[in-house]
Amino acid sequence: MKREDIIKPENKVYSRPRLLDDNIMHYCPGCSHGVVHKIVAEVIDELGLEEHAIGIAPVGCAVFAYNYIDCDWVEAAHGRAPALATAVSRLNPDKVVFTYQGDGDLAAIGTAETIHACTRGENIVIIMINNGIYGMTGGQMSPCTLEGAKTATTPYGRRVDLNGFPLRVGNVVSILDGTCYVTRQAVHTTAAVRKAKAAIRKAFLNARAKKGTSFVEIVGTCSSGWKMSPEKSNKWMEENMFAHYPLGDIKDTDKTE
Amino acid sequence: MKGNEAIAHAAIRYGADGYFGYPITPQSEVLETLEALMPWETTGMVVLQAESEVSSINMVYGGAATGKAVMTSSSSPGVSLMQEGISYLAASELPALIVNVMRGGPGLGTIHPSQSDYFQATKGGGHGDYHLIVLAPSTVQEMADFVALGFDLAFKYRTPSMILADGIVGQMMEKVVLPPQRPRRTAEQIKEQCPWAVTGREGSRKRNVVTSLELDSAVMEKNNERFQRTYREIEKNEVRYEARYTEDADYLIVAFGSIARICLKAIEDARKEGIKIGLVRPITLWPFPFDAIREAARNVKGILCVEINAGQMIEDVRLAVSDRVPVCHFGRMGGIVPNPQEVLDALKKDFINK
Amino acid sequence: MKDEIIIAGFGGQGVLSMGKILAYAALENNLEVTWMPSYGPEQRGGTANVTVILSDEPISSPVLDTYDTAVILNQQSLDKFEGKVKPGGVLIYDPYGIHRAPTRTDITVVSVDAMEATIEMGQAKSYNMILLGALLKMRPDVPVEAVVRGLKKALPERHHHLIPVNEAAIRRGMDLVK
Repeated sequence: MKREDIIKPENKVYSRPRLLDDNIMHYCPGCSHGVVHKIVAEVIDELGLEEHAIGIAPVGCAVFAYNYIDCDWVEAAHGRAPALATAVSRLNPDKVVFTYQGDGDLAAIGTAETIHACTRGENIVIIMINNGIYGMTGGQMSPCTLEGAKTATTPYGRRVDLNGFPLRVGNVVSILDGTCYVTRQAVHTTAAVRKAKAAIRKAFLNARAKKGTSFVEIVGTCSSGWKMSPEKSNKWMEENMFAHYPLGDIKDTDKTE
Repeated sequence: MKGNEAIAHAAIRYGADGYFGYPITPQSEVLETLEALMPWETTGMVVLQAESEVSSINMVYGGAATGKAVMTSSSSPGVSLMQEGISYLAASELPALIVNVMRGGPGLGTIHPSQSDYFQATKGGGHGDYHLIVLAPSTVQEMADFVALGFDLAFKYRTPSMILADGIVGQMMEKVVLPPQRPRRTAEQIKEQCPWAVTGREGSRKRNVVTSLELDSAVMEKNNERFQRTYREIEKNEVRYEARYTEDADYLIVAFGSIARICLKAIEDARKEGIKIGLVRPITLWPFPFDAIREAARNVKGILCVEINAGQMIEDVRLAVSDRVPVCHFGRMGGIVPNPQEVLDALKKDFINK
Repeated sequence: MKDEIIIAGFGGQGVLSMGKILAYAALENNLEVTWMPSYGPEQRGGTANVTVILSDEPISSPVLDTYDTAVILNQQSLDKFEGKVKPGGVLIYDPYGIHRAPTRTDITVVSVDAMEATIEMGQAKSYNMILLGALLKMRPDVPVEAVVRGLKKALPERHHHLIPVNEAAIRRGMDLVK
């Protein structure tokens, strides 16, 4: 059997989402960003939002998200994505606006923008990849770096007496009255990907229904920054990250009301 | 009506889509007036008090990316915080209007009037090679008029523009004729006038991405060359100034904003004493009226540059006349405003009774 | 016609609003006006002053070093501005709380017992209107009717019921000038 005999529409079991471009991704092997990009592209397509979705890209590894997902984008300054999203959403209430950020961008330099967008209950989706490190700048400590974790700026491991505690961002924004849905997910297994997709889908539906701010934290890996193989990264994440950042819904006003 | 209030009224009447700001003396009346007028009930204009000046300018950045006419206002320390966003606006070629009602610095400084942000406003302010179109109002009427002018120029050249006012013209009240109400632009008009805007990728259009990032140096150089071509175009077309009593003047005063009015009174008082002084008031601080000053200085014995700062615009005035005419500076600092007599005394000391 | 006026006293005495009402009245009377406050964080109790210029021609400088007319409400302001009244000008002051009275003889000094009148009238908030009345008597730049129209513009609607009280205070102030 030749290769051409196999590649036929009727044999197709899986394909790249329609809204995910064929640009070659710059992400490292083992990185979680690619999977989350795929989920976002699928959700936008499946909900029929391609003409309505406007993405706000961060500064960090996902800075080029706009090269991969085929919708309109604005590239924000470091940490400012929720401020941009606020204005884009308020000035264009018929659009569905989402930010795509890392934990350094969102929870360090962008803390004020995040807290206040969430507390105003902006009708936006905030997706935060929590890999506990600044990947793009070369693996420095981020707000979510675990205690003891070695990074370029904590070469002997993060010490709470020097660097404070790792920040549970999802828990912080969950107590703000403007958030309607806060969840923490991962994308390291097929089951986890399914759950993460359901969460992102729900977040986009909330934004369309103007329910307030939806916050989806994805605990992810950074094999390059963590200096581990992709496989070992996933294992380390399960054993260490999930202990400090347990997965699951933190807040869902649909269920509490 | 106060100058700050005039800004708010003029913004609504221009058909602005959004204002994002944070309180700071001496310009808080802009946000206060907008909140009191509730334009979201009438024109649909969005008004939002942000959590900081950093957020304000980034909201402006987000709004401008969607092709909307958006603005912010602040005073010196707040405008320092906005420099990041202003640089991004310039780099992304986005139109927006920023109002700086200057107060004395550096640091937290004073809440009283100053013109010490001239360098920041005209020479870039934030990082990178860029310029803002800088308009300097001297009357409450100009505060109102420059809102429309600032927006129109910003959209014409796809560059942010700034109204550089001071605490005097922001806080003082005088007669003002407000422009007629213009409708806000429709979504269709925005798509037509701003094909680059992030409005949702409809139909077969390729996606619009507003970004200031370009890692390919060759492309980034090309981008910079495009910005510079725009700036040369603005320099050619948009210089604005006012000249008074320059035809027979023996001396020239160059001053901008409200200080030019104080100088005008000094000039009128001096004429009664037989001293002939002319005035050039740059209205656009960038692009700067180099030619007008050179022309007005042709037959004068000296130029006094009056600014409420330590001497900033004087550098441009000196560039305008090279070394052909002596140029002196007179100014007060720390929020102190000189009166007409002080201006006249300074001119006499520098050029007449030396 | 041109009147360059300084009104000075403590914050909370109604210095800025007195100037504002005068400015609105002048606008009603089709004059050119500038109103330039010394603004500060001290909303109450600190010193406050406002320069109001009324003219039938365009006004250049809103900031001045000498004045045609001064309305002085406390000692610090008297010390600061007495010397800045142009020869032949008018200085109106309330002697209440003044321990060093004006001494100049080349200007018209008018003492107005505004605080006393205010207490008598039982209208503490119309103190500044009594002094405005005295000013209008000495400098009839605008008619009282225009001031009443100015009050309507300067005051928020919920305070419009106070306009008759203010008008009475203005007329009382006019009467206090002998």
